[in-house]
Amino acid sequence: MATGDLVPTHFPARRAAQVALHHLNTHHGSPFRVFGLQRVHTATAEDQVVGTAGRKYSLDFSVTDYGSSGSVLRCSAEVLFPRTETHTHTPPEVHLRCEDLTHISSSPEELAFYQKHTAPHSAISAHDLPDSQGNISQDMQPFWHLARVAASFIMLRESSENTEYNMAQVANLTQQETSEKQLMLKYHVLLHDIVSQEIIHWKLLCSWSPEGGVSVRETEWLPKCPHDTGPPTAH
Amino acid sequence: MLIATLCKKMTRLLFLGALFVAVFAKRTFKRDQVLRINAKDDAQISLLKELSEQAHLGLDFWMEPVHESLPVDVHVPFHSLQAVRAFLAYNQIQYQVMIMDVQGLLENEEREMLKYNAFPRSTDDFVYSTYHDLKSIYSFMDMLVAENSMVSKIVIGKSYESRPLNVLKFSTGANRPGIWIDTGIHSREWVTQASGIWFAKKIVTDYRRDPVLTDILNKYDIFLEIVTNPDGFAYTHSSDRMWRKTRKPNPGSSCVGVDPNRNWDAGFGGAGSSSNPCTETYRGPSAHSEPEVKAIVDFVKSHGNLKAFVSIHSYSQMLLYPYGYKSTPAKDQAELYQLARKAVTKLWSLYNTYYRYGSIITTIYQASGGTIDWTYDQGIKYSYTFELRDTGRYGFILPANQIVPTAEETWLALMAIMEHTKNNPY
Repeated sequence: MATGDLVPTHFPARRAAQVALHHLNTHHGSPFRVFGLQRVHTATAEDQVVGTAGRKYSLDFSVTDYGSSGSVLRCSAEVLFPRTETHTHTPPEVHLRCEDLTHISSSPEELAFYQKHTAPHSAISAHDLPDSQGNISQDMQPFWHLARVAASFIMLRESSENTEYNMAQVANLTQQETSEKQLMLKYHVLLHDIVSQEIIHWKLLCSWSPEGGVSVRETEWLPKCPHDTGPPTAH
Repeated sequence: MLIATLCKKMTRLLFLGALFVAVFAKRTFKRDQVLRINAKDDAQISLLKELSEQAHLGLDFWMEPVHESLPVDVHVPFHSLQAVRAFLAYNQIQYQVMIMDVQGLLENEEREMLKYNAFPRSTDDFVYSTYHDLKSIYSFMDMLVAENSMVSKIVIGKSYESRPLNVLKFSTGANRPGIWIDTGIHSREWVTQASGIWFAKKIVTDYRRDPVLTDILNKYDIFLEIVTNPDGFAYTHSSDRMWRKTRKPNPGSSCVGVDPNRNWDAGFGGAGSSSNPCTETYRGPSAHSEPEVKAIVDFVKSHGNLKAFVSIHSYSQMLLYPYGYKSTPAKDQAELYQLARKAVTKLWSLYNTYYRYGSIITTIYQASGGTIDWTYDQGIKYSYTFELRDTGRYGFILPANQIVPTAEETWLALMAIMEHTKNNPY
């Protein structure tokens, strides 16, 4: 793997940036805010030997919020992929700063969405978001965004220098009853890893509120066939 | 800043007025309009976004405000028209009325829909902005051939499940060198087959209208295989939208299929492909073991005079050249790089779609047994792979309304490659 200055358009920088994106979404994502990578501007990599051993990437990149605002933010991050002696996977560590991030607060849309779906008798369920043709109704988009944010917790945890994750589709979602002041949702999501080209199925339980953000309570990997030995990073 | 605030206050007053009216208006599509708005800068885009947040106006954005270079299409209910038009006028935002009466259009459309439900009777009737199944695409091919003397259909082989492997040949004379384009080798990459259909129509439309394409076709034949993996494609319609590989069973395994883009005899079996039949990048038992791949190999060898070869995939927005299986740069690396840059710039010029470019192994990942590594090593210098839209937001399930824009911008890149091929014979 490359060390020193990296070509920003090539995969080592891009994979590291995508990891930073997953981290960003876990902290700041919502039904109306999901960040995607726009461009990597500069990137370097070096071997870190002091403290956690591994490869450390330093990145300068821009992201787009395609949840609703379409705004573009400039970010910088350090992403460390730890090197472990054993064969178990250790999630990457991310330190991230984006301009204008602290100015982002709950929007009226978020509050309205939250009120509507935490009202008594709200029992949302859906499948195939988007459908095969890429269609998704306006009403369902926030649930799709929320899935992407929740999936980011998994994608972040599962990432390595040899993966590049996106969420391919939401297979289904069902709202869960809860006594907490949260929107509680069970999801079955399909993740896509560009490097292995695998589609990986995960079930997850997540909660969201405007003040609290997204939190993932449970995750479960679903093998695609009986002799499946584990998600790509386990190999 | 002050103007923006005044603007806000004014628009709020107008919106309240509209809201009042709205409460007492009955909801139909009668006299609703669709406006096409052309924002001239970022500030106007921001204003339009604010407008889009006024839920009580009942605006339905067909194309959301994103960037000043892109039109914003919005369906405005009749009760909100006055408010919206006043807002646009006040802010000096240019617009045109695209649809004067949505209800009238719907009534027309219902009549048109009856036409679409039956088979389209010509390639002018065919709907390019939606995804089609295999039957519909094969029927399109036959119509195109029937309508145009320059188009013929060659069956280069049969898939594992015995489906014909159809290639359209665009030719204006005999014994010409050729340019090859294939789409849909990975069946789940639906925007590629859909773009292939559009390219086919584009070629016949532009021949004798566009001087560059006409010149190309007067010297070269174009071969276009739209559904390169028909078994996989049928399977994405019937059973699994995310199916990538062929549908050939693997002896001794319950897992089906081989990755047709790891099955070529170029670094076959090396790092960058899998030996496990249950994986998406399974290379197959041997090079060219898949009939879908063998058919193209046989065609290329027997033609013997192809000068450019383009294999189209999605997603990631990239234009790539060899090698994928090894890090040794291709002999023609410098020229391939420059041409890629030129093609990508042309592509970007249409809708600002940003593409990365470079060799496969440096830009996306190591991949062995890939199509264009083989074609390049056969001597086809201009061997390229595209990864079309998008970069992961929708991924494989790209909304149908992006088919035509994707095809349009990609065509500009293809034209750049074909034109360069024509101008640099070898």
